[in-house]
Amino acid sequence: MARIPDEGMVEKRGIGHYFTHVGLIFGVLIIFFPIWLAFVASTVTQSDIIRPPMPLWPGDQFLTNYSKALTSGINAPVALMLMNSLIMAMGIALGKILISLLSAFAIVYFKFPGRRLFFWLIFLTLMLPVEVRIVPTYEVVAGFGMLNSYSGLIFPLIASATATFLFRQFFMTVPDELAEAARVDGARPMRFFWDILLPMSRTNIAALFVILFIYGWNQYLWPLLITTDPSMNTIVMGIKQMFPSGDDFADWPVIMATSILAMLPPVVVVVSMQRLFIRGLVDSEK
Amino acid sequence: MATIKLDNIKKSFGKTDVIHGVDIDIEDGEFIVIVGPSGCGKSTLLRMVAGLETVTSGEILIDGVQVNGVEPMDRDIAMVFQNYALYPHMSVEENMAYGLKIAKTPKAEITERVAEAARMLQLEPYLKRKPRELSGGQRQRVAMGRAIVRKPKVFLFDEPLSNLDAKLRVQMRLEIKELQSRLGITALYVTHDQVEAMTLADRMVVMNAGEADQIGAPLEVYSNPQTEFVAGFIGSPATNFLDASTIPNAPASAARIGIRPEHITLAPAGQGRLSGEVIFTEALGAETLVHLRLSGGTETFTIRQDGALPLPAPGDAVAVDWEDDAMMAFSEGGRRV
Amino acid sequence: MEKRVTFKGWLLPMCLLMPQIIITAVFFFYPAGQAIYQSLFIPDPFGLSMQWVGLGNFEYLLGDSYYRASFVTTAVFSILVTVTSMGFALYLAVLADRLIKGSGIYRTLLIWPYAVAPAVAGVLWLFMFNTRVGVVSWYLGLLGYDWNHVLNEAEAMGLVVVASSWGRVSYNFLFFLAGLQAIPKSVIEAAAIDGARFWTRFRTIVFPLLSPTTFFLLVVNIVYAFFETFGVIHTITSGGPQQATTILVYKVFSDGFVSQDLGSSAAQSVILLVIVGALTIVQFKFIERRVHY
Repeated sequence: MARIPDEGMVEKRGIGHYFTHVGLIFGVLIIFFPIWLAFVASTVTQSDIIRPPMPLWPGDQFLTNYSKALTSGINAPVALMLMNSLIMAMGIALGKILISLLSAFAIVYFKFPGRRLFFWLIFLTLMLPVEVRIVPTYEVVAGFGMLNSYSGLIFPLIASATATFLFRQFFMTVPDELAEAARVDGARPMRFFWDILLPMSRTNIAALFVILFIYGWNQYLWPLLITTDPSMNTIVMGIKQMFPSGDDFADWPVIMATSILAMLPPVVVVVSMQRLFIRGLVDSEK
Repeated sequence: MATIKLDNIKKSFGKTDVIHGVDIDIEDGEFIVIVGPSGCGKSTLLRMVAGLETVTSGEILIDGVQVNGVEPMDRDIAMVFQNYALYPHMSVEENMAYGLKIAKTPKAEITERVAEAARMLQLEPYLKRKPRELSGGQRQRVAMGRAIVRKPKVFLFDEPLSNLDAKLRVQMRLEIKELQSRLGITALYVTHDQVEAMTLADRMVVMNAGEADQIGAPLEVYSNPQTEFVAGFIGSPATNFLDASTIPNAPASAARIGIRPEHITLAPAGQGRLSGEVIFTEALGAETLVHLRLSGGTETFTIRQDGALPLPAPGDAVAVDWEDDAMMAFSEGGRRV
Repeated sequence: MEKRVTFKGWLLPMCLLMPQIIITAVFFFYPAGQAIYQSLFIPDPFGLSMQWVGLGNFEYLLGDSYYRASFVTTAVFSILVTVTSMGFALYLAVLADRLIKGSGIYRTLLIWPYAVAPAVAGVLWLFMFNTRVGVVSWYLGLLGYDWNHVLNEAEAMGLVVVASSWGRVSYNFLFFLAGLQAIPKSVIEAAAIDGARFWTRFRTIVFPLLSPTTFFLLVVNIVYAFFETFGVIHTITSGGPQQATTILVYKVFSDGFVSQDLGSSAAQSVILLVIVGALTIVQFKFIERRVHY
């Protein structure tokens, strides 16, 4: 966005300008403080922490704490939990994108009996987050023997139609003539889907991937219910499991190292794909 | 190269009939332009020939073979769309090659045909570009190129020039005509622009409300319109129409009389066939348009005269005159009598 | 809203729809149906059979003081989270919008808490306010304030509100900043020429023009506070002390999985279902309006 420099703007120079930065930096510091503290805690020893106040500057235990977390953790090695989270998040993001692309293509580009019914059924699923139907969903998953399995982690969370809806909206904006031109060129439906529609949806797919990856990675309640086996824990839910049940001191340096590791992948995704992320956010709320 | 025959083609969308039975015989290598106002069914007709729209009744034959149920790709046609319909994510080269690739044409042949089309259309410098990096005229050429490389039996054009500016339109018009006659491929071209129709067509089809009012060579259609609609639609400024009863010695069987503006001359007040008053004039240089209101009438009446003739002033009382054979007589139903 | 071009056939589209239909039927419609069905029964004490009670579970819930209290808790919690996160985000967005250059840098710095899972956010804030090792609670102690969210209900609520609002600031900031940047600068300059100072301009011009964004965020944040904050509550307070932070979603979980009271939990699911439905309709109504706006 090209903005007119200085002279066109109102009250944006001198003292006011300075205060603006001060105000923003203040805000950034507040937002950052919890993360900084977690990072510091992950680089010091347990005894540094249990004798408050803990230091506010990183210590020299970085490698010790992180390698302890990654290789042994408390219930299960964090490396394993990271792997579980990665599989779950990728499974949810890719699975949802795949089934949504196919069904949106069917709904937009074909006329077949029951099309409207399917559309409304799918639309209905927009309304219910998994939290609302946990108990019966748990029973279904248990019935299939999918407790402590990746499919149990993934499938219930892709059973909603937000992505289908999004792709439908996008396909509606693709000019009719493109499909006609493809027909004249000899493309059958799947060829058109593969050669024309899919490449044209690249940005939408990428933006949605960012959003869904974070959504999947950050799931808490569902993995908490269905992964009783520590080796199937995801990292986000695994942190809570690291707290001792009794009056013991929690192993804070390892817990905080785990927290940092838990937030790292989604943060990297958001920051490195900022443009796509913002686009995905705006799209998925439209 | 092919002949096309449309035999009593009808089309309805649900209960609305949009095409009421059209017959056209197109010869091999002919350039046919279908012209008409928007909503007359001309695009629907073209899309039926393309196979993008089903035929409600009647037959379409390409080279004597009935193609009603045949998929577009198997009709051996190529189509140029109004908004070009270029695949935005493919380069110019890929756009042109796509149809051939699907048809599993050997790679070497694809390259050769694309290169040939690009040379013909002066697209060689742009082969690697994406459509969004091209100007309107260049995109138009790519759309043409995509049609050419397939070496189809028939070219179909759906208002291909309507998104271009006036100057480019004239230039592309010439190019299309030149290309078609060089390749000798039968072409069916839809437009609402009568100048395009007049200049491009070997024969033109004037459509009105789902019917083909007249089929014929452009000059024939112009000078000898078969219906009141055709007389009014073809020609600019438009033909003047008058009730036959208001005109002295009009043919007895006529309800309405049409006279083209260039066939009317101004006469001093009191002489001529009818009298009127000048409302305004448009001096275009080579010619002048004089708009009048006839005595007792409310509609404007337009005369086109040589630019060198003296210019009347608004408010002048004048009379108009014409030769007897300039009168085109139409029946109550709009048919030529 | 229909494509002119449609491909023929019904077998192919059915095959394309199949994966979604199967997954939705098995993991969505069936469980949702089960929730409604179970809400009409209570299991016998041995869990061997179900007894039809009609709307009995609902009647019981509405008469249950704990459930009603949970409703109030949810309302208070949602309002506080929405106001806190939106207020702070608006403050930051207004400042960032005043910058000619560099708002992008602040945006990058401010968006990433969005990526932090609510459960992880809960752990971070729990750590800061931990009664034994927390830095903030220790400094509060120096100031003579004895922080103990494990026992104090108001402190517990305050902590889960702040922890839930924290990540949400990013999201709201992005939308507010986009909304502010969409306001034509000429309007603001015209107001400045008319003599309106910054605060007056904000109150009379900027904020009203921002109202579509504000309303949208209001709905979205309430939905967030209702359903997505489970992780925060579970990690920080587990609903306590004395159910002071037991929001409705948490209660579905604790009654269904901790107390195994399936009928009641299912009835609660159905009530939540109605609430989400209502919120979704509000959201769609609003979006419709925004399209015509």
